[in-house]
Amino acid sequence: MLMPKPDGKTLVRRAEIVAALRQIVPGEGVIDTQREMQAYESDGLSAYRQMPMVVVLPATVEQVSAVLNYAHQNSIKVVPRGAGTSLSGGALPLEDGILLGMAKFNRVLDIDYDNRCVVAQPGVTNLGITMAVEHKGFYYAPDPSSQIACTIGGNVAENSGGVHCLKYGLTANNVLGIEMVLITGEVVRLGGKYLDSEHYDLLGVMTGSEGLLGVVTEVTVRILQKPETARAVLVGFPSNETAGQCVADIISAGIIPGGMEMMDRPAIHAVEQFVHADYPLNVEALLIVELDGPQVEVDQLIQRVAEIAKHNQSKTLRVSTSEAERLLFWAGRKAAFPAVGRISPDYMCMDGTIPRKTLPQVLAGMAKLSIQYGLGVANVFHAGDGNLHPLILFDANKRGELERAENFGADILRLCVKVGGVLTGEHGVGVEKRDLMPEMFTETDLDQQLRLKCAFDPQGLLNPGKVFPQLHACAEMGRMIVHGGKLAHPNIPRF
Amino acid sequence: MKPKSEAELAELVRESSKPFEIIGTATKRAIGYSVHGTCLDLSGFNTVHAYEPEELILEVGAGALLTDIQKRLHKCHQYFAFEPPDYSALLGGAHSGTIGGMVACNLSGPRRLKAGALRDHILGVRGVSGRGENFKAGARVVKNVTGYDVPKLMAGSYGTLAALTSVIIKVLPKPETEETLFIAGLSDTEAVQAMSLAMQSSCEVSCAAHVPGQGTFLRLEGIAPSVAYRRDKLFQLVGERGEVIDKGSATFWRDIANVTPLQACKGDDIWKISVPPSDAPQVMAKLACDKHSYFDWAGGLIWLAVPQGTDGAVIRAALISGHATLLRSAKREAQHIFQPQPAALAALNSRVKQSFDPQHHFNPGRMERGH
Repeated sequence: MLMPKPDGKTLVRRAEIVAALRQIVPGEGVIDTQREMQAYESDGLSAYRQMPMVVVLPATVEQVSAVLNYAHQNSIKVVPRGAGTSLSGGALPLEDGILLGMAKFNRVLDIDYDNRCVVAQPGVTNLGITMAVEHKGFYYAPDPSSQIACTIGGNVAENSGGVHCLKYGLTANNVLGIEMVLITGEVVRLGGKYLDSEHYDLLGVMTGSEGLLGVVTEVTVRILQKPETARAVLVGFPSNETAGQCVADIISAGIIPGGMEMMDRPAIHAVEQFVHADYPLNVEALLIVELDGPQVEVDQLIQRVAEIAKHNQSKTLRVSTSEAERLLFWAGRKAAFPAVGRISPDYMCMDGTIPRKTLPQVLAGMAKLSIQYGLGVANVFHAGDGNLHPLILFDANKRGELERAENFGADILRLCVKVGGVLTGEHGVGVEKRDLMPEMFTETDLDQQLRLKCAFDPQGLLNPGKVFPQLHACAEMGRMIVHGGKLAHPNIPRF
Repeated sequence: MKPKSEAELAELVRESSKPFEIIGTATKRAIGYSVHGTCLDLSGFNTVHAYEPEELILEVGAGALLTDIQKRLHKCHQYFAFEPPDYSALLGGAHSGTIGGMVACNLSGPRRLKAGALRDHILGVRGVSGRGENFKAGARVVKNVTGYDVPKLMAGSYGTLAALTSVIIKVLPKPETEETLFIAGLSDTEAVQAMSLAMQSSCEVSCAAHVPGQGTFLRLEGIAPSVAYRRDKLFQLVGERGEVIDKGSATFWRDIANVTPLQACKGDDIWKISVPPSDAPQVMAKLACDKHSYFDWAGGLIWLAVPQGTDGAVIRAALISGHATLLRSAKREAQHIFQPQPAALAALNSRVKQSFDPQHHFNPGRMERGH
C-alpha cells in the first residue's frame, strides 16, 4: 500500500514540532517515544502498520483547535483517531503526521429525555451511549459489531451501520448535530437538538467523511425507546437463490424486519463448530429474521415470515420461543468473524453492497474467484440492505498469500460494482479500498469530491492518503475551470 | 432553455457565461430570494429509470412530477416515508411540483419526526456542476458509504450547487392501517409535554402535532392489531381524555403537511421554525406579535403566520437554538429568508458552493443575497 511520500522538511523538524505541541497539550498528552507510540501504529485493519511522527491526546476543544491551527500554519498532516477500530485503515498513521487521538473526550454531556437525545463527547463508546440511557428503557440504535469499543466520533467519521440499520438507519440518520474543528482551528456547530440543517447539509457530508474534513468534538444523537419484544426466525434453505428470493419476498410483503442476516454454507459450518448454536448443517444458506415491536405485531409478522419462507422451499425453520433462544440464534452470527478466525490463520473481511437480486450471481462469481485464487471464502450478509461481508481465508505467513487475498478481495469488490453495487456499505474506504475508487467513480466524479474536500481543508492536511487514490493540490483543482472547451486534465500519477 | 440530455445540459452550462435559474415546473419559485437568470427548464428529465420495489429503490428523472411518482409507488403499496408536502396552496403553485424541486428544498412532512427527512432517504444523484461537468454520487443500493455523501448535500441546496438530472430515492412499504389519537383542550405547554411523553414511549408514534383551538394529535401506523394495541397503551399514557380519528386520519396529516391550518392567514408572512421540541412553548410565549401558529414534529417544527413585514430578527431572537426560514412573504427580499450563519460557518458554506459552482451559474442569490 503506497502512502503519500513523507515530507522531509517536516520530519527534520520533529523535535521542534513535539515541543510546540507540548506547549498546547501539557503533560502526558503528547507521546513521542517509539515504545508508547506503538499502541497507535495500526487500527482494526492490522495488516497495515506505520508509526506516527507524534501522538497528541487533547482533552479540550481549545487544545484540538490549537493543535489543528498549528498543523495548518506549519503544513503538518493530521490523522484523527477514535478507538482505532476502523476495518478500512481510516486511522492508519502517517510517518510525517500528527496522530490526533480523541480518547480523552469520554464524557456524556447531556441526557435530554424530553427531546429524546444525548449530547456526548466523541470518545464515548457507541455502547456507552446506550448504557447511559438504558435504565429508562432507551437505546442508541446504530449497533456496529465493535460497539463495545468503537467511539461515537468514529461512528460519525465512518457513518457506521450495524445489523439493525435496515429499520433504524445508519449513523447519518441518527445524528442530530455535531461540533467540529476545521483544520484552521475554527470551531463550527452543525445542527443540534433540532431537525434539519440551516444551510447546506454539511452534517450529512461530515458523516462518513473518514476524518478528511474536520475533527468532531461533540455529537448529539437521537435515542429511541427499546421495542417491547423481539423474536427471531432461523430458516435454512436448499440454495442461495431460494434464501435470496425469501428476503425479496419478505420486503415485497411490506415487512421491514429489525434485522435480516444471511450466512452461506462455509460460514454456517465455521460458526456451528465454534458456537454450537444448533444451526442446521444440511442447508446451503441460513437466514435469521428478527422482528421487533409490540408482541402482537411481532407474533403476526413472524407468522407471515414463516409462511414466506415455506413458500421459498425452506428446509428447516425455527422460531425463537424465549429470549435465550433468540440470543442463541444471534450468537452464531455475531461470532461469525472469530469463528472464521478459528478455521484459518488469517482472514480478510470485505464489505461491498449489492442489489439483493444479484446475490446468486455474485456468490457464484465469488466461488469461481475462490478457485482461481486458491483461497477459501465464507459469506455473512446483511441481507435486508444488500451489504455483503465475504471473509477471505488466508495465511499471512505463507509467502504471497496476503497479496493474493488482497487481489481476491479487490476482484470481489469489482464484481460488486459491476452488478450495480458499491465498494463499501459500512466499513469505509480508508486505505483498503482507496485504489478501487475509480472502479465506481469517473475521474470527474472524484474531482468533484476532491473539490468538496478543498472547501474544508485547502492544504489537504487532514488524513491524506485515505479514500482518494490521487492527491491533487486544491489550487490545481481550481484551475480546471475551462470555458467552452475540453478540460485540460493532467494525468497525475497515483501514489 | 430546455435541454433534452445530460450532454446537452452540460454543454449549455459550459458555454454560458450568464447565470441560470433552474426550474422543474416552477412551483417553488417563491421560496428563497428571487433569481435573475436564464430559465433552465429541467422538466424534460422525467424518465423513471428504475423502480424496484423489492430492492426499495427508485431512480427517477428530476423533472418527473411528484404526483405521478406517488401514484406509481402507491400501486406497489409503497411510498416516500418522509411524506413530501404539497405547498401549492401555500405558495400559489399549480401542483406539488417535481421530484427535483422536492429534493432541492429537502421537503419532508409530519412523518419526518420518526422516518427522517428527505435527506435521510436520498441515495444517489446525477447532475451537472457549475463547471458544466457531468457527475454522479451514490448508487442504487440502500447502504453505501463510498465517498462523501454528496446526495445529502444536494437535498436542501435549492439548486445552488448543481443541476440535477436524476435522483435515487429509498422507498418503503406503506403501513397497512393508521389511526390518529386526538386530545382536546391542551395548552401549548401541556401539548408539548403530552407529545414528548408519547414520543418517549414504545408506542412508535409516527407523527405528533398540536393545533391551538383544535387539539393535539398523535398518529399510529402499522398492521391493525399493532395499531390497536399501541392506541390502548397510548390512552393509558396520556390519560383517558383522547378520542380516535380513524377515517380522516390520512387527510388530517396531509393538511398538517401542507400548512392548511394557516390557510386563512392570507397575505401573512409564513415562517417555518425548527427548534428543540421542548423549547416550542417558550418561543411562542416570547413572541408578542399578532400571530397564528401550530406545532408539528412534537413541537420541533413551529409553523407561524405573522403580519406581512414582521421583522425576522424579532422572531429569531425568540429562539434559544434552532433556525427560522421565511417560507412565504410578499416582502421577503427585505429580510434574511434563511437563518443567518456565524462567520466561520458562512464562509465554509460559501466555499462548498464554490467547489460545485465557482462562477455562480446556478440560482445565484437564491439562498443568500449577492451570492
